[in-house]
Amino acid sequence: MSSPTDSSKTGKGRVISYVEALQEAVSQEMDRDQGVFVIGLNVDDHKAIQGTTHGLIDKFGPGRVIDTPLSEDAITGIAIGAAMAGMRPIHVHIRMDFLLLCMNQLINMGAKAHYMYGGQVKVPLVMRSIIGKSWGQGAQHSQGLHAMFMHVPGLKVVAPTNAHDAKGCLIAAIRDNNPVVFVEHRILYSTDAPVPEDPYTVDFGKARVVGDGDDITLVGISYMLVECLRARKLLAEAGISAAVIDPVSLLPLDVDTIARSVEQTERLLVVDNAWVTCGAGAEIVAAVCERRQGASPLAVGRMGYAPTTCPTTPALEKGFYPNAATIASKAHSMVRPGEPEWAPAAEPTLAHEAVFRGPF
Amino acid sequence: MSGNVPVDPETLARVYRSLRLIRRTEEEIARIYPSDKIKSPVHLSIGQESVSVGVCDVLDADDVISATYRGHAAYLAKGGDLNRMMAELYGKGTGCAAGKAGSMHLIDMGANVLGMSAVVGTTIPVAAGYAFALGREGKGRIAASFFGDGATEEGVFSETLNFASLHKLPILFVCENNGFAIHSPTSNRWATERLCERVRTYGIEAKELPDDDVFAIREAAGHAAQAIRGGSGPQFIECKTYRWREHVGPGEDYDDGYRTRDELEAWQARDQVAATGAMLDLAERQAIDDEVEGLIAEAVDFAEQSPWPEPEELYSHVFAD
Ligand SMILES: Cc1ncc(C[n+]2csc(CCOP(=O)(O)OP(=O)(O)O)c2C)c(N)n1
Repeated sequence: MSSPTDSSKTGKGRVISYVEALQEAVSQEMDRDQGVFVIGLNVDDHKAIQGTTHGLIDKFGPGRVIDTPLSEDAITGIAIGAAMAGMRPIHVHIRMDFLLLCMNQLINMGAKAHYMYGGQVKVPLVMRSIIGKSWGQGAQHSQGLHAMFMHVPGLKVVAPTNAHDAKGCLIAAIRDNNPVVFVEHRILYSTDAPVPEDPYTVDFGKARVVGDGDDITLVGISYMLVECLRARKLLAEAGISAAVIDPVSLLPLDVDTIARSVEQTERLLVVDNAWVTCGAGAEIVAAVCERRQGASPLAVGRMGYAPTTCPTTPALEKGFYPNAATIASKAHSMVRPGEPEWAPAAEPTLAHEAVFRGPF
Repeated sequence: MSGNVPVDPETLARVYRSLRLIRRTEEEIARIYPSDKIKSPVHLSIGQESVSVGVCDVLDADDVISATYRGHAAYLAKGGDLNRMMAELYGKGTGCAAGKAGSMHLIDMGANVLGMSAVVGTTIPVAAGYAFALGREGKGRIAASFFGDGATEEGVFSETLNFASLHKLPILFVCENNGFAIHSPTSNRWATERLCERVRTYGIEAKELPDDDVFAIREAAGHAAQAIRGGSGPQFIECKTYRWREHVGPGEDYDDGYRTRDELEAWQARDQVAATGAMLDLAERQAIDDEVEGLIAEAVDFAEQSPWPEPEELYSHVFAD
């Protein structure tokens, strides 16, 4: 198996988009294993879930690329049953918010079955879901619910942030013998990266250091990794060197890599693409603190959605999400607590704003 | 439609005005959309107006309706405030939900328009719960719940029918069957087309209307509403209709290959806005059209002139006082 870290660093592979990487992963796994199938509303249409299921219906037919009624609860149970029988369903949801309709089957059955039945059955199920953002996605099309799933034993949760990891994580998720909640972000879809053509896996439980730094460790979850990287540049202008870590997989979580970075920086700021309270950031900060047991002083911070429902109007939505400037400003206050509040000179727009237009 | 006008002149004028207002409002939204002033996904009802108009015309002002993200038609047909709807689409602080709803979650409790939802099926039990309270209130008010064919596939639809029938709730269920869930035809999703038969097994009277004839819908809704007020419990109507534009967004999508323009043209040939308009005499029709254009221009102006919400409004409405 190729080493994903190396290939992404050395730029091996063609440059393709996040969308193409997801499509390729599924197509290759469906070639490899007859038991893999895709199920979900509109997976077979011309829009092909923003292109991520493009061409699969032509290649594999309606027996393996299955459009569904709007019956998420039942379809989740049906996927679980098929998985118990040895198949490998990929259940696709155009918004993560719709996973809330799957909760009963996923948590009471899917997550529990292997344990509750003493190992007699396995549930190799992938739940693909996309977090939406902006252009009035609002209350019910923008939620990042990964922490809810991290809470439940038996579920794995991954949130790849680039095309390389998207392909590798999706293949790993399909081959995993457990239910995996696969968290995508709509704004990441157009980003591209070098991606090897041959199938490969990105192992869960390994974080990726995407920027070195001595003064503070930024952990960016899902799309917020992009904003953390932009914050890193802004901080550099102020003479602050920030390490940036992509956890890639949230459960299992690679505490070691984060703790190692924090050893040096003694400051940890987790920026989540979700609400803060009881969120992935709380888990990461607590895990790092537990690991260190006060070995040296540690400043910690968490950022995420404002503690409100997501409003649709851009006038309020601006304040709902962290961005490179607010992250940099917060990091600055942690690194130089005595100094007056600092904000980067030019308030940057969010990374996607230049390229992204609705409707979608 | 023939020269036989099936209703009195006042009703005809009222129905036409409502149809025309919805059609022209949504055409105006589609016209404005490319300017990016409306940063909200819009699910237009163009072509489907007659369902909302036919049903709402037989409801009283204090009856309540519930609808979906494709809700402009129901909102306006029930008398929801047009200025505040337009401002909401623009994201302005004067919008019906102060900029927090956009197009998908319209509400106007003053006009008894319950809040709409972008998660399919979610409003069906909520409407039934509201009807439960109306029943307890005992003033003869009823609720009408609009939803698409796709929504009938959610478990919550069947669960709600059962409860509503069991408790004889004063609610009219209205399925707007436009044949598609996004691009997925009912043939991909339904084992049989016999929706009304399914509904009847819950002990609910169900009427299937073959097309979008506004007066047929109005008549069916009138009978149903009367029965509900007489204590029948829930009633159900399924209206076959057609979405002329793309699922979401201002444009058409007949080049996408999932449906044909021929299909559209068959429905356009019986366009209910044009058909009812043709029943009016020219001067009366012109007066209504002028009034409608005036209202829409005023609403757009109101939306454009209105201020953005203040940033601290992000934190209002998290909890009720
Ligand atoms: C529970 C849920 N699943 C999926 C979606 C995505 N979605 C949005 S609209 C729609 C189609 C619903 O079709 P229908 O109920 O017939 O209403 P229409 O859009 O045709 O008016 C779907 C699948 C959603 N919003 N909510």
